[in-house]
Amino acid sequence: MTTAVDRDALRTTQRAGDRVFSTATIVAGSLILAVLAAVAVFLFVQSVPAFLAAPDEFDSGFTNFWEYVWPLAFGTLWSAFLALIMAIPVAIGIALFISHYAPRKLAQGLGYIIDLLAAVPSVVFGLWGIGVLAPMLQPFYSTLVEWFGWFPLFAGPVSGTGRTIFTVAVVLAVMVLPIITAISREIFLQTPVLHEEAALALGATRWEMITMAVLPFGRAGIISAAMLGLGRALGETMAVAMVLSPSPQVIFQLLTSQNPTTIAANIALNFPEAHGVGVNILLATGLILFVITLAVNMLARYIINRRKAFSGAN
Amino acid sequence: MSTTTVAAPLTNSLTAGKLPKYTSLAVLGASWLVAAAVFLMLQLSGASKDFNLAGTLFFGTVLYCVAIYLLSYFVEGVRKAKDRLVTALVTAAFVVALLPLVSLVVTTLTNGLPAFLTPSFFTQSQRNIVGAGGGALHAVIGTLFITGLAGLISIPIGLLTAIYLTEYGRGRLARGITFFVDVMTGIPSIVAGLFAFALFSLLFNDPGIRFGFGGAIALSVLMIPVVVRSSEEMLKLVPNDLREAAYALGVPKWLTILKVVLPTSLAGIITGVMISISRVIGETAPLLIISGFTASMNYNLFSERMMTLPVFVYTQYANQGADAQAYLDRAWAGALTLILIVMVLNGVARLIAKLFSPKLGR
Repeated sequence: MTTAVDRDALRTTQRAGDRVFSTATIVAGSLILAVLAAVAVFLFVQSVPAFLAAPDEFDSGFTNFWEYVWPLAFGTLWSAFLALIMAIPVAIGIALFISHYAPRKLAQGLGYIIDLLAAVPSVVFGLWGIGVLAPMLQPFYSTLVEWFGWFPLFAGPVSGTGRTIFTVAVVLAVMVLPIITAISREIFLQTPVLHEEAALALGATRWEMITMAVLPFGRAGIISAAMLGLGRALGETMAVAMVLSPSPQVIFQLLTSQNPTTIAANIALNFPEAHGVGVNILLATGLILFVITLAVNMLARYIINRRKAFSGAN
Repeated sequence: MSTTTVAAPLTNSLTAGKLPKYTSLAVLGASWLVAAAVFLMLQLSGASKDFNLAGTLFFGTVLYCVAIYLLSYFVEGVRKAKDRLVTALVTAAFVVALLPLVSLVVTTLTNGLPAFLTPSFFTQSQRNIVGAGGGALHAVIGTLFITGLAGLISIPIGLLTAIYLTEYGRGRLARGITFFVDVMTGIPSIVAGLFAFALFSLLFNDPGIRFGFGGAIALSVLMIPVVVRSSEEMLKLVPNDLREAAYALGVPKWLTILKVVLPTSLAGIITGVMISISRVIGETAPLLIISGFTASMNYNLFSERMMTLPVFVYTQYANQGADAQAYLDRAWAGALTLILIVMVLNGVARLIAKLFSPKLGR
């Protein structure tokens, strides 16, 4: 009989409060998954009319949706690619500076300063890009076209306003810099101290220590940081919409007044005045953007998570 | 012959071939002076109108990189030379990143202050304003309402999810949620706006729908993952000993979480929430799409267009009237307001984190 009593006492009683609370947390968690699914479903449902739209619904001579979205998708990828080429080396440099070069006491404060760049709203970057950066870079573009016009990317005629895809790429690079820096910095700081000290003890200079211990350790982290930056650059809207003077075509030249625009900027510029099927077409381009960024982000997260499992740093 | 060998100083193999400590600073100063001299000559000869400071610093720094590499190469050898070159480049990268930040803050301050300091900026809307005058009160109110509602929606959901992930979650659902929360942080903001639009135009069967509540939903989609991530990190920091002590006293799990885990991590959670607010308060694209823009006050989140500060900045810039300067001034003043709000939120968040965070080992 005593054993029966004991068993009753030991059994955890399911209290009402416990049940309510744990259910609430599960519901909240599942809600997030539901929202992500809802984003995909609702965008898709609203995009269907665009896929079936008649040729006369599109402006500037496009006959179907895929023809319409291709130059935009190209502009999105091209501007993000240019931005990353500029941002990655600088971001790795900053991350190394903060993690391995700056005096220890300053390092955290310097990290905050770079994080402040991430806090500046994109519309302010847009204002700055068109008010300060574009006029400042324009003379530089003129010189570049004059001297290096033979190089296909720098072919003229030069833009008179500086509102080119190159300026956009510079603004985007500044905007993705803090993301790439923050993640690479975290990863560089996780480098096993024993590896670093071993390299230094063998007589390596600081740079040799970094190439031997820090960079191999952080390679996967740098790649995924770059891809998260890519995701950000692909989806950036206002800075591109404000700085670029767009023309919907595939152009590789960086410094002319004819520039491919991006999906996001195209939506922001045309949505307020769109009506009828035009709205569905813009929503469909948004769906394409969503799919591209989702794929990039999932790949980046997959790489980060895989690295976490094997590194043993934690 | 033997005397000469004695007279020769003993070379210390550890310091041999090493440049003195002040070398890099001296070479840097010298390079800048040389570049300055070249540009001064250009100015005096009339090739350029005024002294080119940016050019001086840029070419001076490039010259420094070359000089320190060559100097170190001949005195210390190729390995040390490379090390010095990389040190210079890495430091330069940091300074280069600071330039846009400084330039942006200075421009916003100089261009935004005049209109920002006009008393009407925070007391009037843009209704019936053509040209100069008026203010951004309608935008400030809209931003407060929409961001506030977004916070009301996202903070409970985000916090409960974080609690699920740290306290309850096991197995595939928890792993799935973690993964997709990370993926959600990368959703472009404009897609969130398009989602809110697609949802509500279907629900209310209104192809041109614009209202504040939709903006709040769009911002929530962007804000929830940030809240989840930051709160999860903070909840993970709560030592397990505290939980076990509570269980040992017979406290049920949900009360342990409410009375022990949450109060311990409260400072960190508040910090995370404030940073997530500062992240979404500057979002323009989704609000442009679903909340639209207007020149009038609107206190009702559920009907009619609602102006917000970022959209105010954008529209003032994009739809300039006859007196373009007045519109630009207001755009910069709006930008200044936004930056101030974001910086204050960030600063207070860091302060809370620093003052109230539990003192753990490390």
